[in-house]
Amino acid sequence: MKARVTVMLKTGVLDPQGEAVRHALGAMGLAGVEGVRQGKVIELDLAPGTTEAHVAEMCEKLLANTVIESYRIEML
Amino acid sequence: MKAAVVVFPGSNCDRDLAVAFRAAGAEVAMVWHKDADLPAGTDIVGVPGGFSYGDYLRCGAIAAQSAICGAIKAHAARGGYVLGVCNGFQVLTETRLLPGALLRNAGLRYVCRTVPLRVETTDSVFTEGYGAGDVIGIPIAHHEGNYYADDDTIARLRSEDRVAFRYVENPNGARDDIAGILSENRRVLGMMPHPERAADAGHGGTDGVALFRALAGALTAA
Repeated sequence: MKARVTVMLKTGVLDPQGEAVRHALGAMGLAGVEGVRQGKVIELDLAPGTTEAHVAEMCEKLLANTVIESYRIEML
Repeated sequence: MKAAVVVFPGSNCDRDLAVAFRAAGAEVAMVWHKDADLPAGTDIVGVPGGFSYGDYLRCGAIAAQSAICGAIKAHAARGGYVLGVCNGFQVLTETRLLPGALLRNAGLRYVCRTVPLRVETTDSVFTEGYGAGDVIGIPIAHHEGNYYADDDTIARLRSEDRVAFRYVENPNGARDDIAGILSENRRVLGMMPHPERAADAGHGGTDGVALFRALAGALTAA
């Protein structure tokens, strides 16, 4: 069993890296993008019996900083 | 004054901080991140700059879960003093001893130069050696020094006079030009600039000395 955790900066928190990527795409002539947000994906190989609630606790305590980041858990 | 300076794997300003504390008259012990206790009688803990745990995951995130951070939280809860500089400030926000977070610099560049800071409050043992409104030159060296907190937190920091230092010219996009903040009890200071790098004539500036001297004065008398 695996879990995939996606961590993104919260809406309203400036994402300078995403903004730089957006600028670069525009400069390359790749039009059609109005905004870019860059986050990270963390994949966990879970031991049997590990639940989504356990993963949520890991997110709250370490994987995300909930002051600035939101997270989404997918159990795979 | 008894100071304990924390050493994480990847800390690189720990000895500089120890030198600055000693020059102010402190007795300094270096403590390792795996230590679960601080030396008996520790008045102040210094959390130094550097790249604890290689800045993996987020700056300061893994250090905040180390054994020594449990001891630092207990020390702060007892009313003990803590000074976090640069990566140390990031660690203190990750432990929630200070509010907010440090984001990537708005300009996306690592910024390494001496910047003017305004002393915003003299109401703390860290800043009472300065005059309110004094502008001092202190080096910064960081890539993630862009202070962020939500509107309510910023308003609270302002109304409680907890902004210790502001940038005169904002180098990193920090909200409200914030360079350093105090905890609610004013005994924990986190700041991105490095006062320990402006603590000797050989550094090219000595504006950080007043911080360490004031600390030593207050904590030795206590």
